[in-house]
Amino acid sequence: MSLLKLTDLGVSLGPRPILHGIDLSVSRGELVGLIGPNGAGKSTLIRSVFGLVPSVGEIAIDGRPARRLPLRERARLVALLPQEREIGWAISVEKLVALGRTPHTGFFAAAGAHDRAVVERAIRRMELDALRQRPVTELSGGEKARVLIARALAQDAPLLIADEPTAGLDPAHQIALMQSLADIAADGSAVIASLHDLGLAARWCTRLVLLDKGRIVADGPPGEVLTAERLRSVYGIEAHIEQTPQGLVLQPMAATRQG
Amino acid sequence: MKDRAGPLILCLAVLTLLLFLLSMLTGPAALDIGTSLSAIVTGNDEAIALVMREIRLPRALLGLMIGASLGLSGAALQGHLRNPLAEPALLGVSASASLGAVIALYTGLSLVFPLALPLMALVGAGLAVLVVQALAGRGSGTLTIILAGIAVSSFAAAMTSLALNLSPNPFAAMEIVYWLLGSLTDRSMLHVQLSAPFMLLGCLMLLGLGRSLDALTLGPDAAASMGIDTGRVQFVAVAGTALAVGAATAVAGAIGFVGLVVPHILRPLVGSQPSRLLPASALGGASMLLLADVLVRVIAPGKDLKLGVLTALVGAPFFLWLVFRTRRAML
Repeated sequence: MSLLKLTDLGVSLGPRPILHGIDLSVSRGELVGLIGPNGAGKSTLIRSVFGLVPSVGEIAIDGRPARRLPLRERARLVALLPQEREIGWAISVEKLVALGRTPHTGFFAAAGAHDRAVVERAIRRMELDALRQRPVTELSGGEKARVLIARALAQDAPLLIADEPTAGLDPAHQIALMQSLADIAADGSAVIASLHDLGLAARWCTRLVLLDKGRIVADGPPGEVLTAERLRSVYGIEAHIEQTPQGLVLQPMAATRQG
Repeated sequence: MKDRAGPLILCLAVLTLLLFLLSMLTGPAALDIGTSLSAIVTGNDEAIALVMREIRLPRALLGLMIGASLGLSGAALQGHLRNPLAEPALLGVSASASLGAVIALYTGLSLVFPLALPLMALVGAGLAVLVVQALAGRGSGTLTIILAGIAVSSFAAAMTSLALNLSPNPFAAMEIVYWLLGSLTDRSMLHVQLSAPFMLLGCLMLLGLGRSLDALTLGPDAAASMGIDTGRVQFVAVAGTALAVGAATAVAGAIGFVGLVVPHILRPLVGSQPSRLLPASALGGASMLLLADVLVRVIAPGKDLKLGVLTALVGAPFFLWLVFRTRRAML
């Protein structure tokens, strides 16, 4: 059964439609790259799953209607890495990652051995061991991004939705992150990540969903979605696309139109 | 950043207890420690028991509860709004409670029926929170809450000025001004009974927000995705503050700076985690107000130095120093 199923999903802000007629189904084992130019509706699509924007149509999480799902139960099924990366207070890295256990621990219950083990795994996965006692506000942008991803991983939900997880990371950490997301998906979870870097999307995702002007214009394996024709019409770019033994390689070369 | 929140909270609890006892032992009637404390329990020496039970005990109890209310709501609002400059007065609760009290003084209602003053103040606080909630809407951004609070505050302050402007005689104006300065002098057990239920309920509501405020460290979207009902958190934070600070203002007048400064001082000591800061700030606020109330009696006995004046007098320079230190840390 699919972990996330959107049927005829639409979002309007005032009279302006942002998304319409979205049908999407994501199953375990998939690493879905959500791509599309600025303003295509990627973030709105992600936020609508969590009820952060009012929407019409059906949203089912693990086969259950999302809008009627109790918040804590939903949080055990889907984790979110939002676009907003501002951290309010100078708490330690370890404490921040442990916040991911919020939907799993009771009101008065302290974190148990299992919670600590999950937090440790997330810290190790994001290579944060050396930073664990540092206040998060003192970290570099890339370090902070890794801490926030570790926090989302600590939520230990079968579906992880990340809004531009690679933003602000250097190439080595971008690759390490995509590798982790691929590992998580391969372990039987599902990951949806909005991405601006088409090279990373082509190389790592099992499936790409291309949004343009609030609609899904293509959905399938990277090789089928990323055609020269589509890149020209949706993104307005010319790109070098090549199938190599290591996978699909894509490098945008020139803009064919402005804006 | 070792976890020192537990021992710190214990230390603050002991400090609060000591200052509570010190407050009980401070006053114009020079009573020795043994007799005064035993009189309160046994009631043997009637004169001493009367002083202790009817004058000093309510004063110390109010200092404890009002300080805790101010410190706790400051910490809760700063956590909810994710802004270290937030303070209880920001919601317009204090200004509106003051306005209610001023109306009671102005109309002479408080002369006919003394409890009219705190009751009117409570009504003022209640109205303020209704207006702020209605203006801000459920689960709206923090900016709308702040703007709504400023609007309500400004309106209440304007109405208070109007009352002063039109006050029938200089004595009424003096009475209003003195009340606005904030004080714990001559409060009775009746004041305690009237305000305690509101302050206790408000504080319990705010203390229950710990986990949600921790999650809100990551922003409202992330908190919502972790199962936090952010609309409910906003309602509880605003309503809890209104109950606690409204009741505090109703019996003691406006006492500034405690709710702003206490969470500021304690935040680095608890590793910045909002859930740890809540109980620490409640105890810290209680300690600060009890100490200030002892000081007004010791510094100027017989002069009736107002508590609110002292907290502002000490609080403002301290705040300047905080700003200076923050600027230096950023350089």
